Amino acid sequence: MTLSDAYDLQSLMAAIAVDRDRGAFASLFRVMAPRIKAYLRRLGATDEVAEDLVQDVMLTVWRRAVQFDPAKASASTWIFTIARNRRIDVLRRERRPEIDPEDPALVADAPPAADDALEAADMGERLHSAMQGLPEGQLSLLKLAYFEDLSHSQIAERMDLPLGTVKSRLRLATARLKSVLEHIA
Amino acid sequence: MTGPIHHPGEDLLLEYAAGSMPEPLALLVATHLTLCPACRAEAARLETLGGAMLEEIGPEPVSESLLDRVLDCLDDAAELAPQAGARPATDAPFAVPMPLARYLGESFGGLGWRSMIGLKEVELLKGRPGFTTRLMRIAPGAVMPRHTHEGAEMTLVLAGGFTDRGNHFVRGDVAIAGPDDDHQPVADADGECICLAVTSAPLRLTGPIGRYLNPFIRI
Ligand SMILES: [Zn+2]
Ligand SMILES: [Zn+2]
Repeated sequence: MTLSDAYDLQSLMAAIAVDRDRGAFASLFRVMAPRIKAYLRRLGATDEVAEDLVQDVMLTVWRRAVQFDPAKASASTWIFTIARNRRIDVLRRERRPEIDPEDPALVADAPPAADDALEAADMGERLHSAMQGLPEGQLSLLKLAYFEDLSHSQIAERMDLPLGTVKSRLRLATARLKSVLEHIA
Repeated sequence: MTGPIHHPGEDLLLEYAAGSMPEPLALLVATHLTLCPACRAEAARLETLGGAMLEEIGPEPVSESLLDRVLDCLDDAAELAPQAGARPATDAPFAVPMPLARYLGESFGGLGWRSMIGLKEVELLKGRPGFTTRLMRIAPGAVMPRHTHEGAEMTLVLAGGFTDRGNHFVRGDVAIAGPDDDHQPVADADGECICLAVTSAPLRLTGPIGRYLNPFIRI
């Protein structure tokens, strides 16, 4: 059972976006705030800074909830991108260049195949078990890649591994997880 | 399948999605993503992995008062409109992707272009240690001096095209030259070629003219 399923994060987000439901927001907070905090602590934030940022991120979730599109991303993915961008702003003091979906220069996607839309819950379950099945050597590199603000060459240095090994292990790990996102049934 | 044929590669997309990529490279990647549906889909998948990783992370308890503090702020928290888009320069000779437009301001001609042989350039994101970020306008048919790099060089074509080591690059394409690549890009003859280039270390010029020009010009 994944976190998303256990707490039905998608429904909580929908209740926040559509009904401005504070109870749903409090439930989402109880699940996600300790995880956002753990993410920020791994990135080097002090306890105090991490909690300020958690507050920031959760308020942004409330304010931007109407922009959440369950067809495009899961709730946890959407919250991950908000937390990631806030910590780049605050911890790294850099701007985060992002695409603008309304950009007239945007080259449009090819229309998705009809059977492309895998149920989010179903996908989460498979992603979860694929992640559990990763060899420890791949999973630990993936954590460094996502949670430590390290480039791949910095990961290689930290782990005392050749850069090629880091890249190939990360590619194996992401390929295995992405196969869950790409292939249906 | 529409879109570019030369891409930044999965390693860089992962660094971009994870948020560990320095701003100059992230600017180039985000601009490519605007022009490349394939990499955009890939980056979205890598963000989905980020969300799944966040679900799996070992949680750290927050202070008991934090939820109340956040709830107290909800009333003041007006809904945020989508981030206001920059107004792209209207005098640019190509459609400026929004991630880049945010760094250019409203006058493309007024960017403070420096003229050199065969090209004009302007530096963006100055003062980032280890990175040089430049917008280049290369004259039709111009042949760049032969050179190598101490670090990597990523070039994204915004308008026109160029040929380098047997490959042709047009709008949306990303050319990557490694530290050992001794190369000499040639702009297409039929129009100006406009590129965003990010180098991670100073370049050394190697041709006979290059050695002469080295103190004055960086490609
Ligand atoms: Zn691409
Ligand atoms: Zn070069």
